[in-house]
Amino acid sequence: MIGELTKSERQGALLILLALAVTGLAMAVGGSNDPLGTHGTLVMVVAIVGTFAVITGYYAPEPPESRLDSYYDTPTKFGIVAAMVWAVIAMAVGDWVAWLLAFPEWTFDAAWASFGRLRPVHTSGVIFGFGGNALIATSFYVMQRTSRARLPDQLSPWFVLFGYNLFCVIAATGYLMGVTQSKEYAEPEWYADIWLVIVWVTYFVLYLRTLNRRKEPHIYVSNWYYMAFILVVAMLHIVNNLAVPISWGSAKSYSLFAGVQDAMTEWWYGHNAVAFFLTSGFLGMMYYYMPKRAGRPIYSYRMSIISFWGITFFYMWAGSHHLHYTALPQWVQSLGMTFSVMLLVPSWVSAGNALMTLNGAWHKVRDDAVLRFMMVAAVFYGLSTFEGSFMAIRPVNALSHYTDWTVGHVHAGALGWVAMITFGAIYASVPWLWKRDGMYSAKLVEAHFWLSLAGTIIYVFAMWNSGIIQGLMWRTYNESGTLAYSFVDSLIAMHPYYIARAIGGVFFLLGAIIGFYNIWMTIRTASQAQSQAEPDYSAVGIEIPAVQPGR
Amino acid sequence: MGHFERDPHTGYMTTGHEWNGITELNTPVPKVIWFFLACTVIFAVGYWILMPTWPIGRTYTKGLLGDDVRHDVTQSVKQAALDRAVWSDRITKESFADIQKDAALMEAVRETGSTLFGDNCAACHGRAAQGGKGFPNLTTASWLWGGTPEAIFETIRVGINSAHPETRTAQMPAFGKDGMLPRADIDKVIAFVRSLSHPGAKDIDPAKAAAGKDLFAANCASCHGEDAKGNVEVGAPNLTDAFWIYGGDAKSIFTTVWGGRQGHMPTWENRLSELDRKILALYLVDLRSAGK
Ligand code: HEM
Ligand code: HEM
Repeated sequence: MIGELTKSERQGALLILLALAVTGLAMAVGGSNDPLGTHGTLVMVVAIVGTFAVITGYYAPEPPESRLDSYYDTPTKFGIVAAMVWAVIAMAVGDWVAWLLAFPEWTFDAAWASFGRLRPVHTSGVIFGFGGNALIATSFYVMQRTSRARLPDQLSPWFVLFGYNLFCVIAATGYLMGVTQSKEYAEPEWYADIWLVIVWVTYFVLYLRTLNRRKEPHIYVSNWYYMAFILVVAMLHIVNNLAVPISWGSAKSYSLFAGVQDAMTEWWYGHNAVAFFLTSGFLGMMYYYMPKRAGRPIYSYRMSIISFWGITFFYMWAGSHHLHYTALPQWVQSLGMTFSVMLLVPSWVSAGNALMTLNGAWHKVRDDAVLRFMMVAAVFYGLSTFEGSFMAIRPVNALSHYTDWTVGHVHAGALGWVAMITFGAIYASVPWLWKRDGMYSAKLVEAHFWLSLAGTIIYVFAMWNSGIIQGLMWRTYNESGTLAYSFVDSLIAMHPYYIARAIGGVFFLLGAIIGFYNIWMTIRTASQAQSQAEPDYSAVGIEIPAVQPGR
Repeated sequence: MGHFERDPHTGYMTTGHEWNGITELNTPVPKVIWFFLACTVIFAVGYWILMPTWPIGRTYTKGLLGDDVRHDVTQSVKQAALDRAVWSDRITKESFADIQKDAALMEAVRETGSTLFGDNCAACHGRAAQGGKGFPNLTTASWLWGGTPEAIFETIRVGINSAHPETRTAQMPAFGKDGMLPRADIDKVIAFVRSLSHPGAKDIDPAKAAAGKDLFAANCASCHGEDAKGNVEVGAPNLTDAFWIYGGDAKSIFTTVWGGRQGHMPTWENRLSELDRKILALYLVDLRSAGK
């Protein structure tokens, strides 16, 4: 890997690692009696190991000029493997917390094993670890090909990927030590947040620089989505995490916002994280991999445009539907609700455009589990956005809020849409990247598909049932005019569904493990037999233009 | 530039661009989508006109319906209280004895009491009120501070060893740990105490038990009574029956006598209304008689 960097990039890498090591040292010393110190040590060790790696490869010959004639895919390869590692870890933790909800005593009395600490390891692990790595990896892949331009340099993609994963590790280990801002999906504390800003801005600049070098006159729709994802996440992250640390030697900070303003800022962030992290980015992924795999043109360019702007515009207003019937003024709730309802249209236009793209390729959907992953993802995208708009209506939310219905909705989106489209995209990319004719085992892809689908359906149905029962129990009055059930009664009613959900989770997790194995074996056999399966530009039989030369 | 093609499957033209082999069709947006969008927009605008929605300076548009959630909630809470007043007023006013005689009122007590108990008390005393180690069983005839509705009502109000200024206070001293009795004496007194609830048990040494009798009278009877039947005035448990908060086997009793006990029951005066506490007291008495 170091061999792929130019001399000056190697020097740059050393400088960055040195700065990181010094920062780590400062954190370790300044926060010696605090989790901040532990993280400082971690950062320092990582930086030192990195430094050694660069020094070891420092005198390797420089990469040849001819590298500029091809796309730079090694970072994508790394990102895909990282995404799968996070998938397995974070889904295992997800299933663990699912069992904990059914059997709360399974914590071995250890603080780190309590539900409150493991849950964010799951949510950050799947969203940021698995989803984020997959988005970064595929965005590198897609932007180069649809711009017909190589990444502008070799160092910044690595900075983005390593930096991002360092953030994820700091986040997850922090939760286990009890470090949290208590803002859902924005739990990491101030120092991790600052680091992510640096990484994310680099990512955005890298994207712009590549696009700027593009040889295609038009920017492909995937890039619009990926760019919205990067830009808006930067904005959300910075605003929601504005906070003042209690001292430079402490991990703890206080938010700049308080009370209902804090709640609104958090859910403006939270909902747009759903929109621009879990939706926009993955739509970008879908718009590239689905037509590519199906060998079909996008059904309607116009539908892509209106749904892009529709989603981007409407989502921004919708966050307050997370705070219905709270201290938030009613007029803000009305706004959130009405925009959520209008949001359904562009959401379904996206889902419809995707499914219509498959017209003429349904036989492939039948035979190819990879394409089937993408098809099912589009269906679940349609389903969860319908459900979301429905739940955003205040009287409906009165029933669904605080219940497992929300969790069911989340996982219809997360398992059915986010994870499925990602698995589809990864299965499509792996053979293309490692120059194979196909995955190591098509049967295992098939098995993964059915396990995922079964797991998702079990999970979602269990939570729908549990959530609606729970919601109804909480609002049932007896003849004396008192609530008929105590909270504990509703917990007992949920118990069987919790077990069902955890079993669904085992299915889904097994699928991911099989996927990981299959990808690993594909990569291993790739080094033995090299076959030419590069699909770039070959699909429509036009001449293959060269990648933009030069630096 | 541009490389327009007709897609044989749909019959639509491509847009003329392609990216790494991907093309797009220039399919017009289907009419149904515009219709669908129009419906949701009309719904939204209608809602905005009727309900509070848009901020204007320091206030907001109130909407034609003049709806206000805060008002709605206050109203419906009031209404609910009014509906309940039919029976709840009687509970507030009437004496425990009168309420207990009224079957319809007791039905309301049961319905309301079980939810109140489940939400507030079950965490310690268990869902069926049968207690657990350290938390007394509330379905038995054995009550530390008395089992009449009045006594229970008072216990709920002030709690035991709680933060309430009038709290009921009780402490079982740590006879062993604090060096009040030598180890050998503790063994004797335990043998005696166990012989009361387990007469004739094989693992009790009769000689020891007999020796423990005087020790008991000297050290324990002041609280637990000469007959060891307890004293509800000071919250000392009856030691002759089958009910034990911390366990009635030799080992548990040893732990209790050696290390002492001081259980804690919170005060509910500021957390539950007088009505609710009264319902709970009646509910427990009812639960006990139902269990018999
Ligand atoms: C093996 C599969 C999975 C299992 C068993 C699982 C299980 C769980 C459990 C038990 C919770 C906590 C629910 C609660 O607090 O009541 C949870 C929350 C969550 N999970 Fe998963 N999960 C899985 C996969 C995923 C994936 C792939 C994603 C995202 C890509 C995801 C995203 C989330 C989110 C966002 C939450 C928070 C939901 C909320 O606060 O409403 N999960 N999951
Ligand atoms: C039209 C699109 C959507 C709308 C209008 C929408 C609406 C909603 C609503 C009303 C809630 C419940 C809020 C509450 O009662 O607390 C919710 C929760 C959630 N939705 Fe969606 N949803 C949409 C699509 C999606 C998609 C595609 C995902 C992807 C995974 C997703 C992920 C989530 C998550 C993670 C939560 C839980 C937030 C929490 O932790 O409480 N949503 N959504």
